[in-house]
Amino acid sequence: MTQDNNTLVDVQNLSKLFPIGQGVFKQAESFVHAVSGVNLKIKRGESVGLVGESGCGKTTTGKLLTRLIDPSEGNIFLDTDEGRVDIAHMRGKEMKIFRRRVQMIFQDPYESMNPRLTIYDTVAEPLNVQGIGTVAEREARVSDLLETVGLTPASSFLFRYPHELSGGQRQRVAIARALVINPDFVVADEPTSMLDVSVRTGVMHLMQDLADRFGVTYLYITHDLAVARYMCDRIAVMYLGKIVEIGNTEDVLQHPKHPYTKALLSAVPVPDPTYTREPILIKGGISRPVDPEPRCRFYDRCPLADKICEGNDHPPLEDQGGGHLAACYHI
Amino acid sequence: MTENVLEVNDLTMHYMTRKGPVFAVDGVTFHVKRGEAIGLVGESGCGKTSIAISLLKLLPNNAKILNGEIKINDVDTVPLSDKEMNKYRWKNISMVFQAAMNSMNPVYSVEEQIAEAMREHMPHLSDQEMSEKIDYLFNLVGLDPALKTQYPHQYSGGMRQRAVIAMALSCDPDIIIADEPTTALDVIVQDAILKRIREIQEELNMAMIYISHDIAVIAEVSQRVGVMYAGKLVEMSSTEDIFHHPIHPYTMALMSSFPSIVGEKTELVTLAGEPPDLLNPPAGCRFHPRCPYATEICREQEPDFKEHAVGHYAACWHPGGVK
Repeated sequence: MTQDNNTLVDVQNLSKLFPIGQGVFKQAESFVHAVSGVNLKIKRGESVGLVGESGCGKTTTGKLLTRLIDPSEGNIFLDTDEGRVDIAHMRGKEMKIFRRRVQMIFQDPYESMNPRLTIYDTVAEPLNVQGIGTVAEREARVSDLLETVGLTPASSFLFRYPHELSGGQRQRVAIARALVINPDFVVADEPTSMLDVSVRTGVMHLMQDLADRFGVTYLYITHDLAVARYMCDRIAVMYLGKIVEIGNTEDVLQHPKHPYTKALLSAVPVPDPTYTREPILIKGGISRPVDPEPRCRFYDRCPLADKICEGNDHPPLEDQGGGHLAACYHI
Repeated sequence: MTENVLEVNDLTMHYMTRKGPVFAVDGVTFHVKRGEAIGLVGESGCGKTSIAISLLKLLPNNAKILNGEIKINDVDTVPLSDKEMNKYRWKNISMVFQAAMNSMNPVYSVEEQIAEAMREHMPHLSDQEMSEKIDYLFNLVGLDPALKTQYPHQYSGGMRQRAVIAMALSCDPDIIIADEPTTALDVIVQDAILKRIREIQEELNMAMIYISHDIAVIAEVSQRVGVMYAGKLVEMSSTEDIFHHPIHPYTMALMSSFPSIVGEKTELVTLAGEPPDLLNPPAGCRFHPRCPYATEICREQEPDFKEHAVGHYAACWHPGGVK
């Protein structure tokens, strides 16, 4: 495989299986294939959106990339100053250093913060854990960052508690906490989905602004395609643990190739009463990928499914031109 | 029969808390015509759900309707006791709740739960007729009647939401209030349910108030739209007017801050600040601290909710942003 200097994260054949019915003396009866053979390259400074319905494995992928859970199979290479390291099999001290490089922003700003810690303690915690800077330096860094994320003046926020802040302000604190140790890569799991429209736009602008300023690379996990359109350079569509389509944002949204992407896009309501959508109907609802059959994951619901789809393995992600990849036998 | 199935005049509802009253709904006036679908849109805490529970009088103990009238088929329900109100619930006005899992009883079959309301309001129906009616309702919302003897946990999220809609329709209400019925659902399921709701609403010529924070959903289901901000109805007009010619600065900001996957990718507008604390709302127009057009008068005097063009109501001193 060619080594691309520009690639920050290189995910290869990543899988995560969750056992069902496992006990102390009992072997697992079957497995949920939450993430299955995912390949994904993220360039430095790029923002990639991971979209899909609930249960498609997008959050699990995010957790694997931050090593909050361990993968069952596959590699995650991260480009660092010391060369390419595989974070899928890291442990101990290495792991701690890795945590400086990769951070996560969670969906719910009400749950992702310790209610007993002040804003200062919350944001400074990564610095404490990593042992970076003196107390004075940490204070300066935290104040500086709070101003950057729009909590001004920082002095009026430093010693308040999370419950005194609104949802939008808390999410800004969560962003500050993720960025305080200058990570290269941030996994943002639905960072704006709990926020109201008038506040959401501000947080979206802030995240873009910070990406430009600090060169942060994002994996932006969302179910909202309209938000992804504004936040991401590229979009990857996931379905039952597989990436079924990936490409530049406008290419995917305006010229989707995969039948699932087409159906998904056609179902998104449009904020314009004069616009008429033509919904593409697909059968049934999303299920859990429990010991899936060795064929296309979308087979049961696909309007195009035929003998080829039934008799063959899940189709590979193939380039359809211009870096637009889709996994389907019928394009 | 009057033309308006629902008339709300100057409705004011506050929550009494230890810190003082929360001005959740303040001087709200609107009406719904027979067979009309209106949308109520606003952010969390703007009072849209508070209006819904006031209409059904499903109020928590600390909530008080202080002023105004709610006329359902010309009868003011505000002074009615809980027992008298029961005659109107389900039969004249019913509601589809947001969290479908929590709005159903897990120990009764879905059929049992739908039958419960029908027994109360349609005592003349025989068991046979009731069973047939439930089959009809299941078909109407797009569920297989064979599944009616199952329990809520055996249903998927989308099926449960359909069952809740069937329940709300069971006593042939004149008006149905749908409070974020699709918010917890995935987009493909949401789309199928929205489509069904629109069809049912037209088929039964039933009036509907659709409450949502999602203006894209509102655009698809409503003929008229009311926009709420901080306990006030700030603008109301036809859906086209609200989306293409809004005159209240809040509506204008809302429309230009909402992303869409179709059309040109326009710059999203950011609205400074956050919605006010309703324990202590700002004087004058409640939107003035965030409004780019605010002047002296906005800070001092509350604007009236009045008609600026035919059928286009707004509460603003500078409609359209004109000074």
